[in-house]
Parts: sequence; C-alpha cells; structure tokens
Amino acid sequence: MRKLGFLAVLALGFGLFSGAGAFSPGNVECIAPANPGGGWDFTCRSVGKLLYDLKLVPRPVKVTNMPGGGGGVAFAHVVAKRKGDANLLVAASPATTLRLAQGKYGNFAENDVRWLAALGADFGVIAVRTDAPWKTLDDLIADLKKDPSKIPFGGGSAVGGQDHMKVLLLAKAAGIDPMKIKYVPFSGGGEALTSLLGGFVKVFPGDASETIEQMKAGKVRILAVLSEKRLAAIPDVPTARELGYDAVWAVWRGFYMAPGVSDDAYNWWVAAMKKVADSPEWAKIREGRGLAPFFKGGVEFEAFVKQQVKDFRELSRSLGLIK
Amino acid sequence: MDVLTQLAHGFSIALTPLNLGLAFAGAFLGTLIGALPGIGPVNGVAILIPIAYALKLPPESALILLAGVYYGAEYGGRISSILLNVPGDAGAVITTLDGYPMAQKGKAGEALALSALSSFIGGTLSVIGLTLFAPLLAQWAIRFGPAEYFALMVFAFTTLSSLAGKSPVKALASSVFGLMLATVGLDPGSGVPRFTFGQLKLYDGVDFLIVAIGLFAISEVLVLMEQTFLGRAAAIRVETTLVSLKTFLASLWSILRGAAIGFFIGVLPGAGASIASAIAYTTEKRLVDREGTFGQGDPRGVAAPEAANNAASGGAMVPMLTLGVPGSGTTAVLLGALMMFNVTPGPLIFQNRPEVVWGLIASMYIGNLMLLVLNLPLVGVFARILTIPRWFLVPAIAALSFVGVYAVNNSAFDLLFMTGIGVWGYLMRKFGFPLAPMILGLVLGRLMEVNLRRALAISGGDWTILFSSPIAKVLWVLAALSLLFPWLVGRLAKRR
Repeated sequence: MRKLGFLAVLALGFGLFSGAGAFSPGNVECIAPANPGGGWDFTCRSVGKLLYDLKLVPRPVKVTNMPGGGGGVAFAHVVAKRKGDANLLVAASPATTLRLAQGKYGNFAENDVRWLAALGADFGVIAVRTDAPWKTLDDLIADLKKDPSKIPFGGGSAVGGQDHMKVLLLAKAAGIDPMKIKYVPFSGGGEALTSLLGGFVKVFPGDASETIEQMKAGKVRILAVLSEKRLAAIPDVPTARELGYDAVWAVWRGFYMAPGVSDDAYNWWVAAMKKVADSPEWAKIREGRGLAPFFKGGVEFEAFVKQQVKDFRELSRSLGLIK
Repeated sequence: MDVLTQLAHGFSIALTPLNLGLAFAGAFLGTLIGALPGIGPVNGVAILIPIAYALKLPPESALILLAGVYYGAEYGGRISSILLNVPGDAGAVITTLDGYPMAQKGKAGEALALSALSSFIGGTLSVIGLTLFAPLLAQWAIRFGPAEYFALMVFAFTTLSSLAGKSPVKALASSVFGLMLATVGLDPGSGVPRFTFGQLKLYDGVDFLIVAIGLFAISEVLVLMEQTFLGRAAAIRVETTLVSLKTFLASLWSILRGAAIGFFIGVLPGAGASIASAIAYTTEKRLVDREGTFGQGDPRGVAAPEAANNAASGGAMVPMLTLGVPGSGTTAVLLGALMMFNVTPGPLIFQNRPEVVWGLIASMYIGNLMLLVLNLPLVGVFARILTIPRWFLVPAIAALSFVGVYAVNNSAFDLLFMTGIGVWGYLMRKFGFPLAPMILGLVLGRLMEVNLRRALAISGGDWTILFSSPIAKVLWVLAALSLLFPWLVGRLAKRR
C-alpha cells in the first residue's frame, strides 16, 4: 500500500514535471476586450508586465485592445478564430460573466472558453456625498422604503450591468421592490462620481478602488462595502452583510484562455498565474489599484465562474432583467 | 503667490535634462502618432506606457513623457487634416473644413504654420488656466449635470446651422444621417440593442473615428481616383512660406476665442476636443464670416478649431487632477498609468504628490513651446508631401487609413464599415451634401440622447428638470439666440 502510494506520488511528480516541460510560452498576447484605460486593460498590462519581469515568459507580453460588445467581440474572436492558441490570455471580470449570464454575447456561453485564474478583487461600495442626510446604510434603506423615487442612484454601467446589479441586490436584500429604485446609467464610474459630487444623483454604487480616495478627501461617505469581510484599506466601513443586508459584489480580475488549449499549457499557465499572484511586486500593484487579495486558479476557478454565471442568470431572471 | 512658488518648484523638476528630453521625445512621438490617421492620443499614450515602465522612470517623468504624447498628438492631428483631408484624430476633423481648401489653394505652408501657432496659443492659455483656476474650474465642472449637458448639446446643434452653406436642406439631411448612425448600439436607458443586426461589433455603437476616416479619407481617395481617371487632376501649387504677420493678426481673435471655448469645454468631463473644436469653428463662422469665405480656405477657420482642440486637452487635465476623474478618453489612460506607477489619483493628489502634479503642469508649458519650435521648421517638409505624385499618394492615404484603423481595434469589420462609409461619403460629395454636419450629428446625437435620458431618469420623466438650473437656462437662451441670429442680422442689415 505504502509502495503503491510512493509510486503514485512518483508518477504524479513525473507527470507534473513532464507537464511543465512540455509547454513553454512563446510570444504571449493578452487581449483587453475594451479600449485603453479600463479595468481589463489594466489587468492585461499589469499582469503582462509581471509575467515578463518575473521571467515567466521570454518576451514582453503584447497587449491588444479589442473593444466591442462589452467584451463580446473579443469572446467571439477567441472562440471562433483562436482555438488552441496557448499563448493567448484574455482579461475578464464579473462584467464578462454577467453578460454571459444575460445572453449578451449572442450564442456564446461560459463553456466555450477555458477559465484560467483570478488574481485580485475589487468590491462594490454604496457611497453618498458627505453632506447627505444618510449617516448609515440603515438610514438610506429607511428612506428608500418610504419613497424610492426621491433617491436616484447613478452608476458607471448600463441598465442590467454591474453597478445596477449592486443596487438591485441591495434592494432585494432589504425587501424593497428592486424595480422601484431609480438607476441612472453613466458611461463610466468617473462620470457617475462627478454626477454624485454635483448632487444630480444621490447614491453611487461604485467600486472601492475608485471611491476610497474621494472618501479620504472628505468628498463622499461610504455607507457600506459589499464584501464578505471588511476591507483592509477602510477598516471602519462596515460590510452590508454585517448590517443585515446580504449583498456581496466582488469584482475579480482574471483571465480566460481559448478553447482547445492543451492541459499541459493550461496547467503551466495556472502555475504561472499563481507565481504572479504570490509575488511582492503584484501585491504592490494590486494595492496601488485598491484590489484585495483574491486568488482562484485552474479547476477551482472554472467551477467558481460557472457557478457565478448560473447565479447571475437566476438573479437576472428573478429581477426581471431577462426572461 | 502660493501657486507661483509651486509652479517654480514644478519647473525645477521639469527642467532637469532627463525630463526635458522626455518632454521632447513625447512631443515628437505624439506629433507623429497624431499625424497618422486612426491612431490618436488615446492609443499613443497606451502604446508608450510599457515603454515608460521599461525605462524605470519615476512617476513624474513617466507622466511628463505621456502627457507630451497627448498634446503632441493634438498637434499632429492637424497635419494630415490640412494636407490630405484626412483627420489624424477626432479633434482634427473640423480642421479639414478650411485647412484642406487652404492647402489646395497652395497655402499649405501658411495653414500649417498658422495652425501650429494657434495650437501653441490655445495650449499655453489652457495651461495658464489650469495653473491658476484648476480648483475653481472643477467646482464649475461638477455643476454640469445631465440636464446641463443636454442643453449644451442643443446649443451646439443650433450652431451647426451655420455650416449649412448653400443648401440648408442638404446640410440638415447630412446631420440627420449622423443622428441616425448615433442611434446604433445598446440603448443607454434599457440595454436593448438597436440596429445592430446581431453584430456584437455594433453593440457599443458606431466608432466616431471610423466614420470620420471613412467619410473624409476614403471618400477623398475615391475623388482623387476619379480625377486621375478623368484627367482632371489639377496640379497643386505648394508654397512653403510661413504665415504672414498680417494673416496671423487677422486670426488672433479667432484663436483667443477658440482657446477660451476649447478650454471650458475641455474641462467638462462629458465633452471633449471634437465638440470643442466644432463649437469654436461654428461660433467663429457666425461671428466673423461676413464674406462667406469659411469653408473655402479661410485662415480663421483653421486657427479657431486648432486653438480649441489643444486648449481642450489642457482643460481635460482639470477634472483629472482635481477630482481624480478623467475628462477624456486619453486622461482615463493617463489615470490608469498613474496608478501603475503607484501614484493614486484623486482629489488629494495636489497635496500628496505635488512633485508629480506641478512637474506635469510645468512640463506642459515647456512641451507646448517645444512643439512650436519643432513644428515651424518642419512646415516646409510636411507641405512637400503634396508634391508627391498622385499615383503614390492616393494608395498611401488609403493604406495609412486602413492600417491606422486596424491597429486600433484589430477588427476587419471596422475596415469594411469604414469603406462603406467612404463610398457613402463619396456619393454625398457628388450630390453636394456637406460632410461635417454628419460627423457632428453623430458625436452630438449620442451625447444628447444619453444626457436627455439621464436627466429624465433622475426627474422621473418630469421635463422641467431640463430648464431648472441657471446654467441650463443660460444655455437655452444661447441656443435660442443662435437660432435667431441670422434672422436678427438680416433685420439689422435691412434697417440700415
């Protein structure tokens, strides 16, 4: 028995070893499915840089911006034209899974690609202007229950997109009819935040990374963070969950790969992503961007993503966003 | 005088040999990037971020390099607009209206030199505005809500009527084409796809730049081909003389007004260089075009939009530095770059990282001067592009346009779409429809719609929100005046 176990370990070791040896990266390309300046672009550029700095890949990673369809154009391109390309990474986030869940990528689905890893996560926040009457999330919820039409929310995504989902989730958790809440879509968190500062919208369901600096400057108050645990950067801000509203919104940052990538290559990439995620250089970049540690890779990540798509689909359906 | 000490400190940072060199390199590369059709400041800055990294530059130096690319590109965009009728980037579309006719009349050198001077003045004035009034302006910018943006777009539309030229009906039809294109894509209010025909590529709407290049560059190629085949191609005289003092002085007020308009519009996060240059141009046409020379190669029609688009790029730095929100696509990329250099942008950046902010501001003064010094001697070189024989020039324009557009979005669909728009543009020209209203209809239409929808979403469908704030009221009055302006002028002329 023990001998068998030893052999198994040996075989496993060899397997891993030969697995690692069978694939070596060449000219790696990272597709950011949006214009420069956004989260996907950041994911590609920062991780791409570290892959090269940590000498995991032989040449600098080429970043390709492929905007369109909220990531749908890149998704379609990868599934249709890049099958088996083991030197291709594509940046992804819950914006990807949400759109997949809502059928916004046409006929493409979550099983069409290989989900690689997530390396960090931002979290949703509920923020108001410093001079707003609401000191706590409970205050805001109480007023919303009285008359939701007086309190417009303004977020950086379209109706049905991430910022809107945060609002809907919170309303659902608080027992308010989600469809009664006013949501005003802006083209980006920056525009929505400006509109909050100008007093045109009253609540900003943004992300922690884009809101913390405004809080430090005394411009906004963060009523709650939509995470499981309090964030290290803002330890005084409670989570919605501890206030009794079960709403969590984790904006993970990660990658998927083309369909048909060999297991050897896939496993090599999972290990490489793990190395990046564990490096002090990544910790520095991650913190600079306001992201919390969040690593999931390989099989675990695949399962996570598929569950998330399923959850989002049910949620969107129950909220009446899709049929 | 606190600002001046800070600025002096900024100059001490910007004037180190390394930073001077980087400002120069950035300005030079930016000019080239801007001159290539399709590749604008956004892509230029994005391309250079990894290089700034690889050089292990400190954050202020990296920002100086990247900002140099930004305003260099606003400078360079005008070169192909003037010489080839191909806008180098979004902010340079309007420059084609008078710049290209000037070049056709043999005044390419004058147009290039005048536009360089206008860009310099516009850029410098906007940096002065940024230096002195940034926090105040930021307060003004956040007062612009959806209702105010909507009123601004309505005002911009009323100024469009001045582009009508001989046939108001054709101009109106042209702007309606633009409005129609603006409705393509996901409906901003509900997320429902409109006129996308199942093409994921169309979900985000029609890309402004692709339409601009198709409409201007590809149609230009078709026109040149036609002239060549029919043997009607007229040889263009090329004079490389710089602008005369007389022309410059005649344009000075246009430059100053263009700079002011560009700066204020640039400060607004929801508008940008293309809208700024359009409003500057149409305002100028209204105010000073008594002989109807705008559109035929009037130097003032080049000076105003060029001053405006460079002033707008300085203005866009105001919300970026004071509020930590991007004022344009390019500043969004710059913000991303800052974060990668471990500088957290936001309202506290002036206090926390003064060396970065003031070094950047000082470098903008220096960069603008460098661009002028760099560009004036090159006028002759650029103008000689026109002496290139047509059998080479025409395919070269086409190739550059295709490569530029493909390099940005990596999409063959865009190339087909651009070609289709080009054929459409050719037909419009043949039948005497002006092209500019279509482009502006596309830009303004989308902003007009999203802001109207936002305003009404906030008020719950109550229209009075559109007229409720003082800023909105002023803009509505301006719009009404602008519509009535030709009529008023007519009445006054009759009375005399």
